Amino acid sequence: MHVFTRTRLARRVGALAAALALVVSVSACGNTDSTGDGDKATDTPSGSTTESGVVVKDAWVKAVKSGMTGAFGEITNNSDADVTVVSATSDAAKMVELHEVVDDGSGTMVMQPKKGGFPIPAGETYTLEPGADHIMFMDVTKALKPGDTVSLTLKLDNGDTVKFDAPVKPFTGAQENYQPSGSMSPGDMSSE
Amino acid sequence: MTDTSRVGRRHFVQTGVAALGGAVVGAGVGHQVWGADTTAIRPGADTSDIVAFYGIHQAGVETPPPAYAAFVGLDLAGRMVRDPLRRLLTLLSDDAARLTQGQAALADTEPESAALPQALTVTFGLGPRVLRALGGQAADVGLRELPAFSVDRLQDRWGQTDLLVQLRCADPFVLAHARRVITKDTRSLARVRWVQEGFRGGPVTPAGTGRNLMGQVDGTVNPGFGSAAFARQVWIDDAPAGIEGGTCVVLRRIEMLLDRWDKVDRAGREFTIGRRLADGAPLTGGSELDPVDLTAKDKYGFPVIDQASHVARAHHRTPAEKFLRAPYNYTLDRPDGTTEAGLLFAAYAADLDRQFVPVQRRIAAEDRLNLWVVPIGSAVYFLPPGCREGEFVGQSLLGGSR
Repeated sequence: MHVFTRTRLARRVGALAAALALVVSVSACGNTDSTGDGDKATDTPSGSTTESGVVVKDAWVKAVKSGMTGAFGEITNNSDADVTVVSATSDAAKMVELHEVVDDGSGTMVMQPKKGGFPIPAGETYTLEPGADHIMFMDVTKALKPGDTVSLTLKLDNGDTVKFDAPVKPFTGAQENYQPSGSMSPGDMSSE
Repeated sequence: MTDTSRVGRRHFVQTGVAALGGAVVGAGVGHQVWGADTTAIRPGADTSDIVAFYGIHQAGVETPPPAYAAFVGLDLAGRMVRDPLRRLLTLLSDDAARLTQGQAALADTEPESAALPQALTVTFGLGPRVLRALGGQAADVGLRELPAFSVDRLQDRWGQTDLLVQLRCADPFVLAHARRVITKDTRSLARVRWVQEGFRGGPVTPAGTGRNLMGQVDGTVNPGFGSAAFARQVWIDDAPAGIEGGTCVVLRRIEMLLDRWDKVDRAGREFTIGRRLADGAPLTGGSELDPVDLTAKDKYGFPVIDQASHVARAHHRTPAEKFLRAPYNYTLDRPDGTTEAGLLFAAYAADLDRQFVPVQRRIAAEDRLNLWVVPIGSAVYFLPPGCREGEFVGQSLLGGSR
């Protein structure tokens, strides 16, 4: 399994003050305080509602020339039943995973596939953002340039699918260092 | 979020613009808007300070200019035009649509800074080179670079660019955040050539006009917002989709030689401009908005308003020579400790060649004010019509969907 790490520094900074926590959560991969558990304050979505009652709002994808990138946004479950996003697909990437960012127990934040997917209770919104849960494009099929549009499809545990488009945006935050297991040569997934 | 904090855009368009117009005496605002959008705004946003982004026209023209502005001139980074421009305007239109409504842009690294838009408007313009490169319908806009004027001492650093982003806001902090979000999203597609920041004083007259740094009441002769005269002078009419509802802007950086102006006494200053310094009224009397009487003579038989005064030269000679003026003052501190000061003369007209150029030719040929002002920058842009939600500004010209 690929393991993504970031420095402990960002975590220490995050502990300094609530005001700084924001900076960390948007600039680094891995603030466990930023839950994305669906209990965050939400806007009322204005997007179109699918039959499943699940809508995606404010979606965007980080521009990247090649390799990995992330998709972010807010998934709202307007149905009466709890649902779980179990997978995502896109023509823009050979492999798409649902990722979470967790403390590996030593203070190092690691990014890894989220077991069981993204659970969204009825009426709740699940936030995907840099540094927290997100949809991971493991290997983009072509350069994702700023201003392009990427189509994604979410698959829910009830069998429904949710299609949505996301604009590609330049973004230099969440500079996850890519560190394959057993390797000391980090790569880079910075955007152009 | 409670129900009371959810305000439909149609509602705050009306209340917001009405309140904004009400801030300036006599300025009725007629920004036409497509409605039926129920996007909620964040709690804490003051609806009275929100100017609609979507509409038949772009925002930032037919509304009272707020205190601060930043004009950002950009050149496309590569040789391609259509594709990068489409992607750029897709991103920036979305940024503007959110920021102007008090919402964070997508991927906004400082999302809370967008909460109070303070009459923020973001307006996009295309330069003549871009229109020519796009060809077809875009070339029909007919916008071209201004002719050379004898008074010009133009510096390339303030010259024509491919694109203009005009940001106006009542709060310089909000403006700075919006400007950074916008320029960050241009980075891979365009290069910022200049940023011209400006500020307005006042209003100092009942008509809402402010002063320039020479102390003159500046920007008096304007059509009323929402008036038929405004529509006639500013908005392009009877043109293909993608052009109709647009306008053109000329942005000229006029340096004021204030150290030289210091040597002119009050009478000389009023003689030069043809208006009273105190209230902007013509030297022939009345108040600011009263007609300028260029035929009145004093007791010695000389014209009360000198034929070479600025007001005499800049005053329209035909109905076609009218346009909208929305100038901003600027200062720029030089490394040597001196300060460049002047006016960002921004004027809006459906047809610059027909409406603005004759006036500027007359000023260049003779105007007492020319002793103290020097045009050092000049650029013109077509401001495409506004867009609907889900579209981007310029989409009709560029094709494709957001």
